[in-house]
This record gives sequence, structure tokens and C-alpha cells, in this order.
Amino acid sequence: MPHRTFLAFIWPSLLAMVLFIAIPILSVGYQSLFVEHPQMMTEVESCGPFGCKTERRVDAAAMSELRAESPMGRYNGMGTYTNPSHLAFDEVGAAWRGSESFGQFLRLVMNLPFYKALFFTLAYTFIVTPLVIVLGFCIAIAVNTVSARLKGPVIFFSLLPMIVTPLIGALVLFWMIDARGVIGATLQQVFNDPQLSLKASPTLTWVTLFVYGVWHSAPFAFVVFYAGLQTVPQDTLESAMVDGASRWERIRFVTIPYLMPLATFIALMQLMDNFRVFEPIIGFSAEANATSLSYLIYSDLRSGDFPLFGSAAASSILTIGGVVILLTPVLIRTWREFKRKG
Amino acid sequence: MAKALHQRPLPLVALSTGFVILWVLLAAFPFVWTAWGSFKVEADFFSRTDWMNAIFGPKTLQQTGGTFTGDAYEAAWIQQGFWKAVLNTSIVVVAVVTISLTFGTLGGYALARSGFRYTFWLLIAALIFRAMPHVTLVSGYLLPFFEMNIWGYLPTTIIVLVAINQPFTLWMLHSFFMTIPKDLDESALVDGCTRFQAFRLAVIPVMWPGVVTTGLFSFLLAYNDFTVTSMLLTQENQTMVPKIASFLGSTQQEGKVMLAVSAAVSAMAPLFVLVMVFQRQIVSGLTAGAVKG
Repeated sequence: MPHRTFLAFIWPSLLAMVLFIAIPILSVGYQSLFVEHPQMMTEVESCGPFGCKTERRVDAAAMSELRAESPMGRYNGMGTYTNPSHLAFDEVGAAWRGSESFGQFLRLVMNLPFYKALFFTLAYTFIVTPLVIVLGFCIAIAVNTVSARLKGPVIFFSLLPMIVTPLIGALVLFWMIDARGVIGATLQQVFNDPQLSLKASPTLTWVTLFVYGVWHSAPFAFVVFYAGLQTVPQDTLESAMVDGASRWERIRFVTIPYLMPLATFIALMQLMDNFRVFEPIIGFSAEANATSLSYLIYSDLRSGDFPLFGSAAASSILTIGGVVILLTPVLIRTWREFKRKG
Repeated sequence: MAKALHQRPLPLVALSTGFVILWVLLAAFPFVWTAWGSFKVEADFFSRTDWMNAIFGPKTLQQTGGTFTGDAYEAAWIQQGFWKAVLNTSIVVVAVVTISLTFGTLGGYALARSGFRYTFWLLIAALIFRAMPHVTLVSGYLLPFFEMNIWGYLPTTIIVLVAINQPFTLWMLHSFFMTIPKDLDESALVDGCTRFQAFRLAVIPVMWPGVVTTGLFSFLLAYNDFTVTSMLLTQENQTMVPKIASFLGSTQQEGKVMLAVSAAVSAMAPLFVLVMVFQRQIVSGLTAGAVKG
């Protein structure tokens, strides 16, 4: 296909991606170098029944004029990146010098908003992903053994947690674990503790979010593995059986190696999706105990009456950096394969 | 021999059947429970005294005179204007699916048929774009959109969702077009068609299975999106998911949470129908990327 025809076919798609994905990334990078205008104050004399007093107020008119003039704010260089709500170099340094043990240092760093969010995001990504793969595999193996007539309905119900809107899925579980909901109330009775709440303690909130993540994504792994199981070569399984391999050995030495590429595929998809974990935090109202990088950006954009564009942009750039680091092994592998083929 | 391969001892069958039943319960129970509870009053659905109340609804009987009530639905759909959010969602979803399939089929076809090296780089770029957290992109849109005065309108959101959807659509349709034999459109070229005529006359008639599957996933992305729609739309133009979230934010008092419950169940219902009708296509779509690489 000549270049000209190729371009004729692909330009709408390419234009959409350049305009709304590539340029926004650049725009985020540029915005992150700026910071909001400082608050302009005016002295206002307010007189009441008890005499007059002067107050300092935000000068709204001057502020809006300033914003209209330079909407980006003022240039701040890398200042936003190093401030306390992002990489917080000064605070980390102070924590390093001021703490006696490594544990204490970690605790201090974990209290900084960016590191807290980063830690949760990484924990979520690297705990949920393997659990999804394992659970999905177990379900696929089990479903493969039940009678063929049940398979249709089983797959139908299995797909639900994944298909349903993430926010709604999280809300549905959230209402059930509410202290007055069916699971929350039952847990209180089982442990005989009327104060027990899955929302109050940080650890339990984390566990709840992980459980939600596994519940939401396991169907994906299940469906992929299940489709893979249908193509496992029966001859190999039979010859393994002739050689005296037990049921478990056949799974271990024939099925699992055969499904390995699928596991890599699921892991890649899950790493990408779990790294941007966001909706469950809103759905479970978990922001007090668990924030993710995506949530940080969202709350900056939602803050007060004017969004903190600079801060959100700096967090975005750091998040994009994380995505790139996460994808590097995949990209290197694809590049090698491509070179070998080419 | 093949029979022996599929023979299983009874305990193993029992164990795996039990596990499957447990999983199905885990997957389906929350939805059944919430759908059932959405027809009760709050005192029953959130009952501290006895969870059985949510099933039989004694308080519902007391307050409304029947064991089922549509009050929450009425309040959400009519008084709180959820119908408008449903309408907005329909507009957004139909437009996003149509536009992204149009762009995607053209682009995917070109990527599948061009032998040049840059197609590889385009696909890699699409993969990286697919991994971008949507909220990072949104933080790039907001300020320019404010400045250009296009923030808050449905068309803006539609085109943004189309763009976010493109990487995935391109990958999926690219791998689908790879399975359609090249001879098909090449013989059309030999017969004197232009490339576009070959695409229209020879490829379009056979591409529908792949397009339907890809369309389903575009639909899900547009329908389920919260990040983009909650940040880029004004209150009046809100779609269903941000509307449900706004029920939660402002109204945590008695009786109001049922608004969110009934709205959430309303938003879930079309998805259930979708899975029921298109189960096979969804399954094949999920595995397409894996099997074909």
C-alpha cells in the first residue's frame, strides 16, 4: 500500500490521537512548569453595629483579571515537582536525617501525599495482578470440568463484575459492606463487635479495595484462560497420561506451560489497568485511607473554586513516567522480536 | 483414550462444581441483592437489625403499603432528572461507537495492509497511548477547553472519548483485518478497483463480525466512563455515571441514598441485556488480542 493511500485511510484516526492524546501530554508537561497566581489581597473596611474594622480579603476582581491575562499562572520551573505535595525533596531529606531507623524514615515518607499515593498504586497493581491471574486460572480449570450445559450461564454470570461500570460495581459492594448493609452487619455479628467497620481502618480499606480489584478483573483472566484451555493439544495430554502423569502433573507440565503466553498477555493488560486505579476509590469513599496517583490528579482538578492545574499537571507527568517505566520491559521485548523478524 | 482423559473421580467433580458455584455466587449475588433491594425503602435495604428485612421488606410495607415500591426510581428518574442523564448517555454512546468504528475500520485496515515499518511504530505508540491513565489526559484538556470555550458540551466529550478509544479500536481491528485474506481485496485491485473501492466492495461485506465485537468494547468504554464525563461536562449535560456519583456527594441523608441505588440499578440493566445478547462476541473479543498476539 503506497504511503499516500495509507495516509488517506489512517488520517482521521491519527488526527484524533494526536489532537487528544499526544498534544494533551505535551500540554500537561508545559502546564506543570506553571503555578497558580498568588492570592491578591485588598483591605476592606466593613462597618457593623459594633464599629468598623478592616479585613483582608481576596480581591476577586483583580484575580479574575489576572487569570484572564495569563490563564496558565506564573512560571515556576521545576518548583511544583519538588514541593511538599509532589516529590518533596526537602521533606524526604529531613526525614532521612531526622529518623533513627529505616522503618521510621519509611513511615515519615509515607505520610507525604505523593508517596502515599504512589505506594498504594504500586501495592494495588502488584497485589491485584497476580491474584487475578491465579483466581482466573482456577475458575477456568473448574469451569472446564463442569457439564457443558452449565457453561453458558456460568460464563454469563462471571462476566458481570467486569462488564458493569467500575464505579457502580464499587458502589454495589460499598453498600453491602456498609455497617448497615448485609455483609457489614453480618461481620459485626460474627465478630461480635458493633464498632467493626471496613471503612474506618486503613488496612481494612486497602484489603477491601484489593478484593474489589480481584473481583472486578478475575472474569477477564478467566475468559482468556478458558478460551486457551479449549486449544490445549489433546495429543500431548494423552501422551502425558500414557507416560503416567497424574492429573496435577498434567496441569503443571502441559497446561500451564501452554497457557504461559496468555498469562503474560493478561499481566500486561492488568498492569496497565490497575496502575490507573481510580473509580473504586471514589466508589468506596476511601480517599481518607487510600489514594492513588490518578486520585491525586482528580482531587487537584476538583479542589476549591479554581482547579490547581500546575499541581495536577506535575502529578500527571510523574504518573506518565510511571507508566513508561512499567511498559519498558514490554517495549524492549517487542522491539527485539521485531528486529529478529525484520 | 480420549474418554479416559475426560473421566474424573467423583470428589474432584464435586470440588470443582462447588468452586464454580461459589464463584458464580460471588460474581452475581451483589447485583441480585442490590437490584432486589432497590425496590425497598432505605430502612429495609440498610437494616441494622436483621438482614432478612431487605428480602421481605417489613418497613417498606409499613411506609408505602406494599412490599415493593418504585418510589426511589420515581424520585431519581423524575424529580432528580435522571432521565436527562440517560438521554445524554444515549447520545454520547451512539455517537462514540459510530465515529470510533468509522475511524477505526479505516485505520485498522490501512495498518493491516501496509507493509512498511512505520505501521509497527504506530501500533507501539497506540499501545503506549492505551496505557495512559485517562485522568492525566483530562488534566491536559481542561485549561485549553476553558480557554477555547468548548468545555462542558456533549460534542467535546464525544470526540475526546473517540480519541481515547482509538488505540484500542485500532489494535483490535488491525488484528481482525489480518485474519481476512489479502487475496480478497488484492483481486479486487487487479480487477481495476481503487483501494477505497476494494475496501468498500470486497472488505466491508465480510468485516461485520469483527466490527460488532469492537463496537461492543467501544460501547462499554463510553458507557462506563467516569473520569472524562465527570470532568468535562456541566451539571446539565451530565451522563449517568457522574450523575450517580453526584447523588452520593451532596445527599448522604436519610432516604437519599436510595436515589443512588435505584439509579445504579437502572444503569446496570442495559449492561445485563448486552451481556445476555452478545456473550459470544464479548468472549471472542476478550481473547482476540491474546490469541492473535
